[in-house]
Amino acid sequence: MAQVTLRNIVKKYDETLAVRGIDLDITDKEFVVLVGPSGCGKSTTLRMIAGLEEITGGEILIGGDVVNDVPPKDRNIAMVFQNYALYPHMTVFENMSFGLRLKKVPKPEIQQRVENAARILDISELLQRKPRQLSGGQRQRVAMGRAIVRDPKVFLFDEPLSNLDAKLRVQMRTEIKKVHQKVRTTTVYVTHDQVEAMTLADRVVVMNAGRIEQVGAPNDLYHAPATKFVAGFIGSPAMNFIPCRLEAAAGGLRLMVNGEIAFPVPDDRVTRYRQHLNNGRLLFGLRPEHITEVRRHLEPNQHPFEVDLEVTEPMGMETLIYCQINGTEVCGRVSPGAGAAAGARMRLLADLNNMHLIDDDTGQVL
Amino acid sequence: MAATAIAEGIQKVRHGSISKNRRRALFWSYVFLVIFAVFFLTPPLYMLITSLKSSAEIAAITNPWFVYHPTLENYAALLDQQVFLVFMRNSIVVSLCVVAITMLISVPAAFALARMKFWGSGVLATGVFLTYLVPESLLFIPLFKIFAFVHQYTGIELINHWWVLIVLYPTLSVPFATWIMIGYFASIPKEIDEAALIDGAGYIQMLTKIFIPVALPGIIAATIFAFTVSWADFLYPLAFTTSTDQLVLPVGIITTLIKGDVYNWGQIMAGSLLCAAPPLIVYAFLMDYYIAGLTAGATKG
Repeated sequence: MAQVTLRNIVKKYDETLAVRGIDLDITDKEFVVLVGPSGCGKSTTLRMIAGLEEITGGEILIGGDVVNDVPPKDRNIAMVFQNYALYPHMTVFENMSFGLRLKKVPKPEIQQRVENAARILDISELLQRKPRQLSGGQRQRVAMGRAIVRDPKVFLFDEPLSNLDAKLRVQMRTEIKKVHQKVRTTTVYVTHDQVEAMTLADRVVVMNAGRIEQVGAPNDLYHAPATKFVAGFIGSPAMNFIPCRLEAAAGGLRLMVNGEIAFPVPDDRVTRYRQHLNNGRLLFGLRPEHITEVRRHLEPNQHPFEVDLEVTEPMGMETLIYCQINGTEVCGRVSPGAGAAAGARMRLLADLNNMHLIDDDTGQVL
Repeated sequence: MAATAIAEGIQKVRHGSISKNRRRALFWSYVFLVIFAVFFLTPPLYMLITSLKSSAEIAAITNPWFVYHPTLENYAALLDQQVFLVFMRNSIVVSLCVVAITMLISVPAAFALARMKFWGSGVLATGVFLTYLVPESLLFIPLFKIFAFVHQYTGIELINHWWVLIVLYPTLSVPFATWIMIGYFASIPKEIDEAALIDGAGYIQMLTKIFIPVALPGIIAATIFAFTVSWADFLYPLAFTTSTDQLVLPVGIITTLIKGDVYNWGQIMAGSLLCAAPPLIVYAFLMDYYIAGLTAGATKG
């Protein structure tokens, strides 16, 4: 059993606060991804869990014990670094067994554990090689092997895929997921790549400016972001934010985007939104996938509107379109056969079932 | 795809001009390398030629670049003299001890200065380098005074003993060796220590199991330097040792083979060549490591 608990963790470098009070409960065997832009404190948080950074305030518990003053080697954790941090003068076998040899584990057991980990990672043939004879992906596997061999309570990954090229990154991502399914160890994984976060995590922790913005399952973050930051960070291309107003209309509310475009607010949201009638700083949030070409059968709360397209980007399976609404660039995704052309006027469909209303002052999704 | 084709085209054109430039650069580097090689190899060659001549032939007016009657009598005479063997022994013992002391001090010192961030570690590292910049010609008089002072208060006679050089040379070799080693240790990625820390290594294990093996080329470079300094230094032994049996090779050759204004050139040259041999042998054996050390950091480990 190895749950990890962070209680109001604070990290201060001289006068700057890198981490401003984080509370997080990671349950046993869970795969948690800390994601956020650079400088949001995610790596610092991970390094505090590892014991590589001192904790300025708060408590970290691993398996129920406070580990604030426990040195890294006694925390029973293993870490995989961005640049792999393999020992260049040792073979793969020696790299993987270094920790066990320091602990004076009997030789046959070391042999067995290394071979076992090598089999899981499919690097059995590489055991006698030196790191410089390995490709990036193989080094990454060895780094993971070094972690697995130690059979730790917690795996920590610090942007492990950032040094790999795009194709290999996708491959290793799947690999990490497979390994976690085989080994089932509590894992904390840091990345700035929201796709990595979404695909790997049981739960994603979105961080910004030293704080947690939102914690949730990948799909929850996608469909019900709590803040403007999360709404904009998760999903690619990013969610559109269009300035708008709310107006009372017969039997409900109208969302006024500009003089031309206005949509009736879906009935189930009317009560929730009514209190914001007079707010002049509202943003209408809609993901590109919810701005499409007009379909023959409209579902409830899908409303057509017309815009002048500025740019089209054919992607093969879809075409990204860009237009200006209310002085904001808006992105939509239409099917390639919809006849989208730059400079032409196009009739589009907004799916308001998936809309978000955001208070731009507080950054909260309403 | 069209873009890559164009890019390839441009690259090919450039590639051609690079190889042309390269050929020109190679030509000129060979020209200058040959000039330097001739310049630096002429004196040793002349030494070798002279050492194979008898005194009579050296004095004779013949072609100085050719040996008409080669003889090993200079070498034989030199090795026959007990003092020369004493110089040799003194030099070897001093150099080996200095190398050992230098490495024992500078490797842990460099590790501490490169990796353990303690109060004043940055200033100390710079201080080590500044110490190296102070020339020995500036230091030998104060050191002499200190030795006299020590003698006066403790009765320990430090001047005119060959072993005092074992104390003196590290003042030159330790700062420089430490400075090189700081560079090597600093080039080892921080994550490697952190990985070792998580793997359960303490500072001592980190040093012996990770840092020393990884920075081995640098350590060998520092070793060669310490050896060269202690083998070839002239000023300190000249100033601090005077009795014939306390001398090391460089000073010994000069003081015993020049009698008044009589220069025994044949033996001086033979002695100098024998004196230059050990560093040459050390260099030859460690050259590969040394070059690898000098270019460390150029390639990723």
